[in-house]
Amino acid sequence: MMAGEIITRLPLHERVSYGVLVTYLALLLAVLAAGSLSVGYAPLDLHQAASDVLHGESSLGALVLVELRIPRMVLGALVGFSLGVAGAAMQGLLRNPLAEPGITGVSGMAALGAVIVFYFGFAETAPLVLPLGGIAGAAVATFMLYGIAGQGAGTMTLILAGVAINSFAGALTSLALNLAPNPYAVTEIVYWLLGSLADRSLQYVYLVLPLMVIGWIMLIMTGPALDSLTLGEDTAASMGFNLPRLRMQLIAGTALCVGSAVAVTGAIAFVGLVVPHLLRPWVRQQPGKLLLVSGLGGAVLTLMADVAVRSLPIRPELKLGVVMAIIGAPFLFSLIWRLRSEA
Amino acid sequence: MRIEAQGISVRLGSVDALQGVDFVAEAGEIVGLIGPNGSGKTTLLRTLANLRPSDRGRVRYEGRSAAEVGAAELSRQIAYLAQSGEAHWPMRVEALVALGRLPHRRRFQRSAAADRAAIERAMLATDIVSLRERTMTQISGGERMRVLLARALAVEAPMLLADEPVAALDPLHQLQVMDLLRKKAAAGGGVVVVLHDLALAARFCDRLVLLDGGRVLAAGDPAAVLTDDHLATAFGVEVVRGEHQGAAFVVPWAPSEKLAGFADEQATNDNNKEPRP
Repeated sequence: MMAGEIITRLPLHERVSYGVLVTYLALLLAVLAAGSLSVGYAPLDLHQAASDVLHGESSLGALVLVELRIPRMVLGALVGFSLGVAGAAMQGLLRNPLAEPGITGVSGMAALGAVIVFYFGFAETAPLVLPLGGIAGAAVATFMLYGIAGQGAGTMTLILAGVAINSFAGALTSLALNLAPNPYAVTEIVYWLLGSLADRSLQYVYLVLPLMVIGWIMLIMTGPALDSLTLGEDTAASMGFNLPRLRMQLIAGTALCVGSAVAVTGAIAFVGLVVPHLLRPWVRQQPGKLLLVSGLGGAVLTLMADVAVRSLPIRPELKLGVVMAIIGAPFLFSLIWRLRSEA
Repeated sequence: MRIEAQGISVRLGSVDALQGVDFVAEAGEIVGLIGPNGSGKTTLLRTLANLRPSDRGRVRYEGRSAAEVGAAELSRQIAYLAQSGEAHWPMRVEALVALGRLPHRRRFQRSAAADRAAIERAMLATDIVSLRERTMTQISGGERMRVLLARALAVEAPMLLADEPVAALDPLHQLQVMDLLRKKAAAGGGVVVVLHDLALAARFCDRLVLLDGGRVLAAGDPAAVLTDDHLATAFGVEVVRGEHQGAAFVVPWAPSEKLAGFADEQATNDNNKEPRP
């Protein structure tokens, strides 16, 4: 049998090398980014608007592009990348394909931070108070996690601590809704919790970009250690990896990524769960290689969903978190079905 | 590489897993750790691999503590093969064996020719070359164990600590793996191996350490350790002895008389019980 025949017999995902996969995803991301800039409610000549921006002319098109479309596109990519890479990191740490970034309790607490800002009416005082509230919530969650689990915490302790923090955040969020001063406040909180990229300015980008980039670097640096964890904690430790330090690095990186994402968009579920799961066969199940690929995949999926939200003839506009849940739930059903048939 | 443990004690919850154990493993020899279930073999191996600290006593690597050697250097000096046989993601066999080269590479450094050669040597030695493209879910339990052994061999560390490497293997591969460990020792490497098969232990190990209840019951030459008294005390079994091609072997044959008497008494008592109304 010729080598060429063997290669063509392999499924597509086994024929694509890591470098080619990264390149394809980056190209797809670039196409979707252009698509995200083109789609919107205001009619926009993208070429003319871009030209106006470059020449410093203050046209309506330039304003729409700079104030609305670019922040939305950039935030979509940043949030999607953050959720994707954090999901892959958590699945690698916990060695569980059903783990998602919110398992640490950071997203719940980030949401609570934003809800508190709404509840006390601070949201209107300054543009960045809302995301800052979310980031503060994520920071509190991280300190709680370190405090409860301790420096030398095992993986199971971290999961239990995350469940406890999530329950606490959920309870206080429900309490805020229960005691909301008026129905308008309840609507505002609920709408925000549904998750959206609409009406975010470039200030949001400037706020979260450095935090997210630090989080990405922290997570992507753990690639070799996550590969070694495939063989269990003892074997990974015997290969020279400091597991307590690794867990803390992953928790901090995930907190930076997810806390920042939730702070600017609200809760967007399933990206961190679905994307690593879909892309794992394409990197031949290697957790380390999955990190960057999941980040790119998360950005692609989020931009795709956001373009769909704006393209669908449904008004009021569907919330991004809702669309993600609609995409994610059938995926989970198919996953369960596949696991059943494999059992 | 010489590993020396002096008076190490380890407590796991309310159980004294190891109590004042002394142990030495030198380059050029295979030391077999034998003993009944729960006697402390795995705990001793993990302590020697610096995977858990001892509550008392100390472990020295060429006369230095683990902290003095450093985790990175220790990972290149000692390869550890865990008992569990875990492989959480169904990675390809070759990629999994390649993980053994991680201790030799800087972060995100691509594998060098030396790494690829070490991976090939490990796969050849464990007879898994034909499995390289398969995933861990597409091979049998015995093949999985050989893949994991290949990963440990790919480290090419002077000392190999292997926890039950032949437990899931067929007789041919048991002999091949033990022969492989023998060759590693002959080439100047050190091997500490946990075994349940007394015949393999007697035939392939230079020295044996028999653990019972977290203490060393006997240590030394296999003939001196595998005595009737020691085996009856530690395992509660009588053995059949023989010799083939000049090598002595022992085969567990029956529960020792004391235990057999106890079992007979139990059976008699059960038979004499009156049926419940």
